[in-house]
Amino acid sequence: MTTETKELTKKEAFLVYLLRLADDRLILGQRMSEWCGHGPQLEEDLAMANMALDLIGHATALYEYAAEIEDEGHDEDHFAYFRDDRDFTNLQLCELPKGDFGFTIARQFLFSAFSYFQYERLKDAKDEQFAGMINKHLKEIKYHLRHAREWVIRLGDGTEESHSRIQESFDELWMYTGELFYMDEVDKLMIKEGLGVDSSQFKNEWKKLVEDTLTEATLTVPDWDQFMMSGSRKGIHTEHLGHMLAQMQFLRRSYPDAEWK
Amino acid sequence: MENQEKLDEFQARIDAGEKIEPKDWMPERYRQQLIRMMSQHAHSEIVGMLPEGNWIERAPSLKRKLVLLAKVQDEAGHGLYLYSATETLGIDRDELVDQYLYGNAKYSSIFNYPTMTYADICAIGWLVDGAAIVNQTMLARSSYGPYSRANVRICKEESFHKKQGYEMIAKMASGTPEQQKMAQDAVNRWWWPSLMMFGPHDSDSPNSAELIKWQVKLKTNDELRQHYVDRMVMEAEAIGLEIPDPDLKYNEETGHWDFGDIPWDEFWDVVKGNGIMNRERMKARRAAHENGEWVREAANAYARKKKLQQEKAS
Repeated sequence: MTTETKELTKKEAFLVYLLRLADDRLILGQRMSEWCGHGPQLEEDLAMANMALDLIGHATALYEYAAEIEDEGHDEDHFAYFRDDRDFTNLQLCELPKGDFGFTIARQFLFSAFSYFQYERLKDAKDEQFAGMINKHLKEIKYHLRHAREWVIRLGDGTEESHSRIQESFDELWMYTGELFYMDEVDKLMIKEGLGVDSSQFKNEWKKLVEDTLTEATLTVPDWDQFMMSGSRKGIHTEHLGHMLAQMQFLRRSYPDAEWK
Repeated sequence: MENQEKLDEFQARIDAGEKIEPKDWMPERYRQQLIRMMSQHAHSEIVGMLPEGNWIERAPSLKRKLVLLAKVQDEAGHGLYLYSATETLGIDRDELVDQYLYGNAKYSSIFNYPTMTYADICAIGWLVDGAAIVNQTMLARSSYGPYSRANVRICKEESFHKKQGYEMIAKMASGTPEQQKMAQDAVNRWWWPSLMMFGPHDSDSPNSAELIKWQVKLKTNDELRQHYVDRMVMEAEAIGLEIPDPDLKYNEETGHWDFGDIPWDEFWDVVKGNGIMNRERMKARRAAHENGEWVREAANAYARKKKLQQEKAS
């Protein structure tokens, strides 16, 4: 066994980078799709199915491109269906159970706000196909952000019950927000190659948008300096992910030789 | 009593193929029949999200997951504009929803059957949406303007639903032995319930004559069912799936396919609430409604606050 670390190639880093983006979206989309038929009103059933469709659609496009970059004869489904818990690099934030409507909205707001700033910068990546994809998805992310932001305000400044429910959701989610800004050697190489973004550059903008929104919603901004979870970009997850993957992958894995597309 | 002259005038408009619009005069009975039919149609779209939603998380490829999500999203949309169309008859969506969650209003019994395997999702797309299209294509020419227009829109999306279901079940029918078995099993379970979607035989359908007289419906249950069977027999044959009816036989004289007796006892059992999933469906929809109450209250409270603030400012 060797402890020597090999230096990452650009191709390897790009693959990891694409998979991190895709995993976030697949896992969050999968959670969102659990709302199907169970939303608080018909308009929200429609909106949540629509957002799940966008998120999983974005993930699919990213996986397709990852397969192309990897060049080992895989397709997009390989990454979604034939990797295990430790291979998934989505944020823990995305895999937490859907909770009540307020929890779903609070999470969607935090994530969409981050995606918005991230994609605003990624759209100028020095790779035409990647940048094109990001640009296309950015339009939908703007809608997700607007939708979630409006609901945060409505619930925060709605009734006493809705106020305390969504406050609790933000309090619970807060320690999962630290990971949004995690960066390692993969990010560094991608930034150097003009393919990735330095999230520290927009951290303050993101915080400001979050604080302004919570303030407008009459909510208390939780403590930024509290303990923050970490590890998801290296495949460390809560126990929730395994159950989700078991469900998501079972049919495909039971009959791997069958055509399912 | 409604004025006979007005009734005659109304019937003359119907017979001339004119569309009736919300502000036009209409017999109270016409209005009631439409509310019943249209809201039942809307409730069915909503309940229909549940059996399909059952497989979104387990869909066997990303493509199929996206297709299924797009489909249930369409269904929520159909529900939404069917409720809006029903509201043109002077009744609130809230009241309609209450009627089916806590009252006597019905939804299509087909959704009280379970989606046990993924092939059931494909069979729903092909057979159930196929039947819905036959019905809705007719309703797109219905005499009530808003209902007719809602169905025109719905039909466009339903044909995509049917196409994807047929395409996938065809793939399974020519796939691995396990897929073939799953596909045939799904057809065996969904065939008869699909035929029942057209409702009881004309002789047992008390509303039919009136609905046809008013051109709310343009064809009888049995006519639509026959049209459907003729079409499905060909489609099944083309992909090598068997229709589970030993009495199915082409009738040279009529040019139609004769089919066996429909298990009406089962139909009425399910209508009365004894289908495998009746209780679950209602429980799930009631839970969604009740768990969502605090959200709807918050949205209303917020809207009131904003309105008040605006009024104060101006």
